[in-house]
Amino acid sequence: MTTVRAAPSPWREPVVLLAAPAVLYLVVFYALPLLWLLAKSFIGPAGLTLGPYIDFFADPFDWRVIANTLGIAVQVTLVCLAIGYPASFALARAGAVLQIAMLVSIILPLSIGVVVKAFAWQIVLRRDGVISQILVAIGVWDEPQRLLFTEAGLVLGAANIFLPFMILPIYSLVKLIDPRLAEAGATLGAAPLYRFLRIVLPLTLPGVVSGVAFVFSMSVSMYVIPSLLIGDRFQTLSTLTGRSFLFMRNEQLGSTTAVILLVLAVSVVIGSGWLARRLGGRA
Amino acid sequence: MTPTERLARLVMWMAALFTVVFLMTPLVVAVAASFGSSAVFTLPPPDWSLRWYQRLAVVRGLLPALLTSLEVAAFSTAMALAIGTLCAIALVRGRFPGRESIATFLVSPLMLPGLVVGIAMLQGFKAMGLREAYSSLLIAHVVITLPYVVRTVLGSLTLFDFSLLDAARTLGCNYPTALLRVLVPALGPAFLTSSMFAFLASMDNYPISIFFTDAWTKTLPIQMLQYVEENPDPTIAAISTGLVLLAILTLVIGDRLVGLRKLADF
Repeated sequence: MTTVRAAPSPWREPVVLLAAPAVLYLVVFYALPLLWLLAKSFIGPAGLTLGPYIDFFADPFDWRVIANTLGIAVQVTLVCLAIGYPASFALARAGAVLQIAMLVSIILPLSIGVVVKAFAWQIVLRRDGVISQILVAIGVWDEPQRLLFTEAGLVLGAANIFLPFMILPIYSLVKLIDPRLAEAGATLGAAPLYRFLRIVLPLTLPGVVSGVAFVFSMSVSMYVIPSLLIGDRFQTLSTLTGRSFLFMRNEQLGSTTAVILLVLAVSVVIGSGWLARRLGGRA
Repeated sequence: MTPTERLARLVMWMAALFTVVFLMTPLVVAVAASFGSSAVFTLPPPDWSLRWYQRLAVVRGLLPALLTSLEVAAFSTAMALAIGTLCAIALVRGRFPGRESIATFLVSPLMLPGLVVGIAMLQGFKAMGLREAYSSLLIAHVVITLPYVVRTVLGSLTLFDFSLLDAARTLGCNYPTALLRVLVPALGPAFLTSSMFAFLASMDNYPISIFFTDAWTKTLPIQMLQYVEENPDPTIAAISTGLVLLAILTLVIGDRLVGLRKLADF
């Protein structure tokens, strides 16, 4: 006869204690401050209030700021997806030389600071910059134009800096696709487009979801890139938050926009996680 | 090959080529501008010169900022490695409820807007009575580096065969020695990749650091941005070239030790 001993309480395992330093550290120095920021934004001089949010959403300028933020983030994400999706297939299927060139060009910029890259884009986007020269040379533009301090310039610079975060998650799934799947489809008479839509696309979709989520949430919250590439004329939630704390000393406004940013970011994270799970991915 | 397939292939290789050129552009431009003689970096420069490198020595505040950044990055990476690894062991070995949520919680600072985290910390630290910039920077940067360590070490630990530790103990090692002689070497690549990315993330951080600087304590990105805004000359390009070299060096070492493809694992 076997005796079933009651399992010891999981909390009594000593190995649990190893998690304590890191978890406590983050609770004290990260989670509590965030909760406090959240709580404080709902507390006015006379108790609980939604006042700051009502004021914020009543101002048409603030709607403009939200539209700017989301508009730029959508554009950056689309540019990254358009380049990154085919590029991640190339990365998975390239020969040794091209693959190394691609890996270096993806990983090297990742290890260089955003200030350096945004500064370089300031040079590239000027009236006498490389892009303007190329566009004039191939006849797209009649005369040199300045892209710096325009929305197009900001989208281009941000897409450049975030592109690796689109390619890497998609690549991680593309390299797992068994090429025989598409061959099997071909043998069974499926046309190339049909094969792509029914076999390849569904397999890579979880990677697309996590790439889109990365790039979108980074674009929503970028701060250094817009400060250098478009300036104060064009405000986003993030630059407005930074400015209200660093220059305007308007902590009330800053906390409100910070909480809105936080809600946006958290919903992107939760939404993309849910979507990736539904698509049956490991991403 | 059908026309559709040919078109798809063309798009794929064009995207690949474009990606390489596009991603390398800022680095090439920064390096090229640093060797130009003109103060308004025109490309190609009218003449080559090293004057911006000579200016590096003269510009005040750059060297202290670099040292501050290196110190903060080294301290926070070491601290994150220590507590992050312990935590990853607990998450892999323990059978307590909520492990999944704890892992998500530890990686979450990566996914939230840096500026928001910075503001929350600024106010939170103030409320705790912590006002000194340097210690606040150190504390904040552990939060920045910890996710990198937890993510990578956790991934590597799930593949580790813990019965190896029992084997080492059967062969006469005590538990700490077994950890040191068996577990640590097995986790070597994970330690290396994660500390590399953690270190670089700390060196690069702007949106959190900006809230913990004062006249004496500034990190490199903050000093650099301030410099660009005050006098936009290629001195910044000279520093950038130095940072590009540092990144290339790190990458070469990383490639030698764990391989380039491994570094691209996401």
